[in-house]
Amino acid sequence: MPQRELAGDVAAARPHLHALPGGEQAREGHVLIDMPERSAHEDPLRAGLRAATGEGEPAAGERPARARALWASAWPKLAAVALALALWELVVLSGWRPEYVLPGPRAVLGRLWADLLAGDIGVAAAITMKRALLGYAIALVAGVGLGLVLARVKVLRTAAGSLLTGLQTMPSVAWFPLAILLFQLSEAAILAVVVLGAAPSIAIGLLTSTDQVPPLLVRAGKVMGARGLSLYRHIIIPAALPGFVAGLKQGWAFAWRSLMAGELLVIIGHAPSIGVRLQFSRELSDAEGLLAWMIVVMLMGVLVDGLVFGVLERKIREGRGLTAEHA
Amino acid sequence: MSAVLPHAPLSLSSPSPAPVALRLDGVTKRHGAGGDAVVALDTMSFTVKKGEFVCVVGASGCGKSTMLNLVAGLDTPTAGKVVVAGERPALMFQESALFPWLSVEENVAFPLQMQGLSRKARAARVAELLGLVHLEKFARRRPHELSGGMKQRVALARALAQQAELLLMDEPFAALDAMMRDHLHSELEALWQKTGLTVVFVTHNVREAVRLGDRVLLLSSRPGRLVAEYEVDLDRPRRIESPEVARLARTITDRLLEAARHAAA
Repeated sequence: MPQRELAGDVAAARPHLHALPGGEQAREGHVLIDMPERSAHEDPLRAGLRAATGEGEPAAGERPARARALWASAWPKLAAVALALALWELVVLSGWRPEYVLPGPRAVLGRLWADLLAGDIGVAAAITMKRALLGYAIALVAGVGLGLVLARVKVLRTAAGSLLTGLQTMPSVAWFPLAILLFQLSEAAILAVVVLGAAPSIAIGLLTSTDQVPPLLVRAGKVMGARGLSLYRHIIIPAALPGFVAGLKQGWAFAWRSLMAGELLVIIGHAPSIGVRLQFSRELSDAEGLLAWMIVVMLMGVLVDGLVFGVLERKIREGRGLTAEHA
Repeated sequence: MSAVLPHAPLSLSSPSPAPVALRLDGVTKRHGAGGDAVVALDTMSFTVKKGEFVCVVGASGCGKSTMLNLVAGLDTPTAGKVVVAGERPALMFQESALFPWLSVEENVAFPLQMQGLSRKARAARVAELLGLVHLEKFARRRPHELSGGMKQRVALARALAQQAELLLMDEPFAALDAMMRDHLHSELEALWQKTGLTVVFVTHNVREAVRLGDRVLLLSSRPGRLVAEYEVDLDRPRRIESPEVARLARTITDRLLEAARHAAA
């Protein structure tokens, strides 16, 4: 808890404060130590109270505290967005590029809103998301299967481990020429590259996370009768879950990038995906539309990352008492 | 290497054929091979009677972890034989080794689940076990919410859930403060008397061994050898600070130091 440390530092800097009786001390040090002092005193008190009443549920009095916590985490994000928009506006105002090439945030956000109302964004997002989910699902099955086999069979791991790393570090765009050659300009070409992009990360995530399972837990599981597959199911996989989820998250990021590259390269006319809309905007020199679609891509990435993986990671961490003290 | 007659343990205090819970017959364990081989256990033989509480003391490197692994069936001896009565023994470690993704009750239910008990049967048994270690109120908590002593009590409940006849304990209280340790000694003793369990308790705290054991086995280091054994003929419940416990502990400690000097020489 940084607050307590801060209070300690201040106290160390002004040791005479602690020699004074409690009430006086707070007044004396008011300007300097009021804030950290108070929070340092509040924390253990509330924690002690919670421990004493044996309640994990937030009491009624904690609701404003929760709202405050929400605000505390929201305002820096909002401020950052506002700052980015302001910078953007400044660049536009500087006249570096004419407005038909680089439109300002107001025009782009207006266009975004209009496209959203017209339903274009919904249609495109649905097509793209469907591909992403399908590709990711296949990558998940393939990655987990591969990871499990490599984790269990040492020879295979020695043989294929570095190959897997090679696959992971290879930019997935480099797969497209081959994929197009094999599958023509089709859904299959896109899907293949999405899977190739995501599966190695998932497999590697599984491998490294199972490597890091504490041997003591494995030993405990064995003593209690978990062997073979049940050892995996009941001990190794749950123990490896935090690291595995990190691999899943990275796999998603790779899948999403591969998909965007794929949709730009493999244009399928009757499926107006986000990539197609991006490409068309460029071809029509529709800068407003282009930027609006880019924002869509970014927002979708942020949403999945925050809502799916963010929540998943937080749940796992909280359940195991791994919540970072500095957070 | 001394020859060991089969079924004739080095020293068995009572020659009457009491039921045996554990027997080691000339057990040797070498780690590695060739010139690099390390002898962890050297022709070790002893017998633990059913319902007995045996403490094993020795300095580090005496092969106690190796011995427990062999008895728990996690490893096989290079030579000799380990005979365990009943099912797989339960094993408790210095760290609780509770599964952090499971609640307290789910942790205790784990061995029951492995035995294939129904959910309902598990719940009843878990409630009973948590009652034994006085942790009913913490059934829904996660391990990280518990203190060190509470974690070890959950680990004890989980070990008992296995319903093994033999409970192996690998310095289970070494990481706890003295007060908590005292308290858990009493709890363990009471549980042992109530359940009629056989306990093999490894520690390097000689007083703890005398406080708890019916018998104390003394192992030497590198290689691990059984060098002496002591009958603890003191009334229970004992107090760890009592003069009788201290006196015997001192005798054993002196012998331990002698063995250590011998090993160093």
